[in-house]
Order: sequence, then C-alpha cells, then structure tokens
Amino acid sequence: MATGLTLKELSKKEELLTHGHRMCAGCGAPIAVKMVLLATDYPVIASNATGCLEVSSCISEYTAWKIPWIHTAFENAAATISGVETMFRSLKKQGKIGGEVKFMAFGGDGGTYDIGLQSLSGAMERGHDMLYVCYDNGAYMNTGIQRSSATPMGADTTTCPAGSVIPGKPQKRKNLTKIMAAHNIPFSAQASPSHWTDLMKKVKKAHEIKGPKFLNIIAPCNRGWRSKTNDAIMLSRLAVNTCYWPLYEIEDGVTKITYTPKEKKPLVDFMKPQGRFKHLFAPENEELMKILQGQVDSDWEKLKREAEHG
Amino acid sequence: MAKVVAVTGNEACANALRQVNPDVCGVYPITPQTDMMQKYASFVSNGKVDTEIILVESEHSSMSACIGAAAAGGRVVTATSSQGLALMWEMLHIASGDRLPIIMPVVNRALSAPLNIHGDHSDAMGARDTGWIQLWSENAQDAYDNTIQAFRIGEHMDIRLPVMVCLDGFIISHSIERMEYLEDEEVKGFVGEYKNFLPLLDLDKPKSYGPLILPDLFHEYKKAQHETMLKVKDVVLKVAADFEKLSGRKYGLFESYRLDDADIALVILNSAAGTSKDIVDGFRARGIKAGLLKPRLFRPFPYEEVAEALGNTKAVCVMDRSDSFGGYGPVFMEISSALYPLKERPVLINRIYGLGGRDYLPEHGEAVLNELDEIAKGGKVEKYKEYIGVRE
Repeated sequence: MATGLTLKELSKKEELLTHGHRMCAGCGAPIAVKMVLLATDYPVIASNATGCLEVSSCISEYTAWKIPWIHTAFENAAATISGVETMFRSLKKQGKIGGEVKFMAFGGDGGTYDIGLQSLSGAMERGHDMLYVCYDNGAYMNTGIQRSSATPMGADTTTCPAGSVIPGKPQKRKNLTKIMAAHNIPFSAQASPSHWTDLMKKVKKAHEIKGPKFLNIIAPCNRGWRSKTNDAIMLSRLAVNTCYWPLYEIEDGVTKITYTPKEKKPLVDFMKPQGRFKHLFAPENEELMKILQGQVDSDWEKLKREAEHG
Repeated sequence: MAKVVAVTGNEACANALRQVNPDVCGVYPITPQTDMMQKYASFVSNGKVDTEIILVESEHSSMSACIGAAAAGGRVVTATSSQGLALMWEMLHIASGDRLPIIMPVVNRALSAPLNIHGDHSDAMGARDTGWIQLWSENAQDAYDNTIQAFRIGEHMDIRLPVMVCLDGFIISHSIERMEYLEDEEVKGFVGEYKNFLPLLDLDKPKSYGPLILPDLFHEYKKAQHETMLKVKDVVLKVAADFEKLSGRKYGLFESYRLDDADIALVILNSAAGTSKDIVDGFRARGIKAGLLKPRLFRPFPYEEVAEALGNTKAVCVMDRSDSFGGYGPVFMEISSALYPLKERPVLINRIYGLGGRDYLPEHGEAVLNELDEIAKGGKVEKYKEYIGVRE
C-alpha cells in the first residue's frame, strides 16, 4: 500500500538503509537515500557506484542495506543495474519469476557526471526500467575532495586549490539533469533533502513511470564544503532558495519548476557558510563573485522561460 | 544424432550458445568476434532463444551488465576480442571475485598499438590473472565443444567461476570447417537447468554483493579463490568424460600428440597446433621422435600433469603467440614452472610466432624441430628466446 507523505505515516515505515553505517556525521547522502527509499512502496533492488555511500554502507560481514544491493565498480552503477533489470525481464518473460520490482542505482557526482557518464547514457538510451539517483556533493569526496565536473566554479578543492594565481575551479559545472533530459527519457528531475515532500513526490512519480528515470539530489558534504556538521539541511535549503539548485522536473520533455522561492536569496548566502568559497570573499575576487551570481541569475531565468513554454 | 556441417568458428560458438539458450547475453561489436554476436542477435530476433540481449555501449558496460544479470540469478553469456577484453579487464576481476559463472567466447586478436585486427593471443594472455577459467580451442569443433562444456564447469556448485573459451581470430573465427553439431536436446540435457546461488532477485532474502573488505579478511578471500581454482581440474575431467559419452570426442586438460616416446616436442596453443601436428608427422616419418603438447586448460594450469607428459623428452620448444616484452612468452613461463621440480628436465627454449596474424608456416615449425633435434643430440642452445617468421 502506498505510504502517504505525512511524517506520521512515514515514521511507521521500516528504514531500508539502517543506522550503523559509517558515513560521516551530518552527511547529506544517507539522508537523501533514506528519503528515496522511504518514498518507494515497491520491492526494490539497487546498485551502487564506488564512493562514500558504498564504502561506508557495506563493509566485510556487515551491510546497512535491507534491500538486495550490488556494488561492482565506480563507473558502471547504471550498466550493472541494467543487467539486473534485464535478467528480471528475461525470467519474467519465461515465467520463471513474477511480481513487480523497482530497479535503482545510486552514485555520487564523480561516479555519475564524470567516470560513469557513458554507462549512464547507455542505460538511459536503452530504456531500462530504472531510476538512477545521483547524490551530488560537488566533488570526489571519498578520495579527499578532488574536483569533478559537478564542482561549482570558484570552489576550492584539493586538485583545483584556491591559490595565488588560480582562484579555485575555473570552469562552470556541467548541467547533468538537462543532459539526461536530452536523452528523451520520460523523467529527469532535481531535488533537495531540505524540501523532502518535493523529493519524495518525485521519487513516487518516477516509480509510476515505465522506463529510464534520473533524479539529481544535492547532498551537502561538511568535509568537502568546509561547513558545520549540523548544516546539511540548512545549506541544501539555501542552495534551493538562492536558485543555485532549482527544484524542477522535465517530464516527457516538458519542464516544470516544482518550487519557486518566495524570495530569491543572493548566492553569497549559500556560499558564506562554506569554507570552500572563503577565498572568493577577498577583495580581488569581487568580479568573480559577480560572474557567479550572474550565472545563477541567467540559468534561473532560462529555466523559468523553459517552464513557461512547457 | 550428430549433424555434420561446414561452418565458421564464430557460427559454431553462436550455435552452441543458442543450444544452451542463456537468459541474458551482453552484445557489443568488435572484430573478429562481431559476427558471432550478430548471429546470436538474429536468433533472438527470430525467436530461436528465450534470451534477452543487452545491446550495450561498450565492453566495459557489457561485462558490468553481465555481472549484474548473473548476480540477479540466471545464465549469462557474452563474447569479445582484443581491445574489448582489455576494456573489460577491471570487470573480469569482479566477475570472478563475485563468483559469477559467466561464459564468454574470446576470439583471440592482437592488442594495439599499432592497431591490428588479426589473430594472436595477447588479449587472453593479458587476462590470465583475472581469476577466469580459460579453455583454448584448436578449431571450430573444439570451440563449439569447449563452449558447451564451459557451462558445466563454471556453473558447478563447487566452482562457480566465469569461463573464457579462446579461439583464434580469423583463422578459426572466419574459416569454414567441417564439424559436427550435437542435437539441441542433447546440449540442453547436457548443460541442464541453471542452478541459482545467492540470487539478488530472491527478494525475501536480501543480499549485498560487492562489499568493501579491508586487510582483516581480503587475504583470506583471495586464498579461497585460489583454492576453488585448484578444484577445477577434476571438474574439467569429469565434464569431459560425460561429454565423450555424448559426443564420442575426447577432451582432457591438454592434448598429447605422439608424445609418449618423444625426444623432442613442441608446446603450442590453438590453431597452430593443427599445422604443427602435420609437421610432427613428417619428422616421425623421417624417424625423428617428435611430439606435441597442446594446452587446453590454461587457467588453472595443470602443472603436474604437464610435467609428467613432457618429463621424458630431451628438448622442448614452447611456442608463444604473444609476448611479455623483456621476459619470456606466457606459455613458456608456465611450462618452465611445471618442469622445474623434475630432477631431469628437457632443455627448454621459447619461440615467439604469429603476432598480429603473421602466418605460421610449416617451414617455421620444421626449423624449430630441426633446432630441437640438434639440441637433443647435445647441440648448444644459441638463443633461449627468439622471434621466428620475422621479415628480413
């Protein structure tokens, strides 16, 4: 039976990613995963790309996963789950198995935007019935905060360190949610754990759509973002309210903004609590800060225009 | 009832797979394997099999999807060559480490650079240490028979390991030969129903595949993998005995050809073994006691049995169709390891032949046997390792 999206009802559900995993205190990723699984009212099998979530949730004889779960390598969570889903279809066609199962993959931004992009693109194009969930913390956090194509421009990471000549990452981040939508898949969306009903509605919607779906969830990392351990939700809310991380979905090619901030906050509100942007507040980086704000503004205006035109 | 046909090695393997009717097959093109999977795709499109094929975007994804499918619980196959096998390399270790009995014909081809699409053994030899069982095939019949037996070997409940069936690119994959097919029902009966072991699709008992294992237990996991490999020889022989009852064709860990009383011998894999047997016959006709050993099971390697088979010879040349640059050829290294424990050993030399599809001609094998004959008579070894068939 479908669970209603009320805290009272959700609190009665079994958590499918249990406590006892070894993710850092205050990490956004397990919060996102728990929300996704709480919104799933079907039997589910998941694959997991190598990364923080994977190395911390299944170690030696212990697993935090109460669902069938498979990790194979870094760049292939989508290909791996596509194999599981294909076996299910084969056995079902042959009458060897019945029922309904949902297939999901979890990967960080390194395993999704970068090294896993080909495998993800292939799985989406082939049309497997699956939901790929990216928890985007904006760098290779598991290996120690290296720059990825999801790292925001200007951020300080260990491979694009803010130095006296180069002020952090020089490039703008990749827009993977739109790249996925450009595969003409039925559903591609962005969500944030700060807006949990929005996130869970998107998961529920995705599960009701046959075919490949993609959900990109911002997942603050206090180690890499150089922020406090208790601010994952506050920061993900600021990401949404500054329109750095707009909440929207693209369903069958139609863009819909699912949450519009009552008051669009300046980008610095999101950046200020994060040590990775500290150097940008120096006087010599004033121009760069204007460029960053300009990028968020123009991306947001563009998204609004796309939503207006449906 | 056997059916005599004239087919290519690729077609023979595709038909073996059709007769087995696996649940999932990963498909990606690469010369010279391509038309094996094309043929398989046509079986799928024409309803000859129940298989769901995954038309992946790379060999890396092919092996990843095969691993996912096999872990889900069912019979899984794919095929590849050369660069494709190299691209799979990371995932080959994961397939064996997760103990998933995926079956994969490998149509042997050279590795780049320079780019070359023709046959040699560099690809599969490069995958020697990936934890896969390797069966090597002289001709289309061998490739077909090995493919069918591979399912019984890999899926054996004491083994549960993936198997590569190696056949020479173009020479075997694309040449038409006379061979015999078994009946579909015979193959079906021989391989039997797939037995699941810890399937992900058992939703009532969730499993986690692919954990992080740190120094506290990793070493033990790897030892267990080695010990499983040591059980493979017996299973290969039992499966071969059953297969002989069905087909009348005899298989072992390797083939010994006129080796019992031989003074000199060649060790040679795959298609060149056929040419070499003719050369051996020629030497025998001249009264020279020549013989040949053709390895079939290369991983795990049957050291004791090989030592026994070659122990009474005086001089042996190991012919390698791939190289470890700056070292000896990979087959040579195994043969020398096998012979080392013997008190009296033959003189051992290594000749590299046929890289990137260079023809192996009878005169090449004859020159090697003449050299061995001289060595056996007390002659000096000029060079332990040398390339043969090189253009001047």
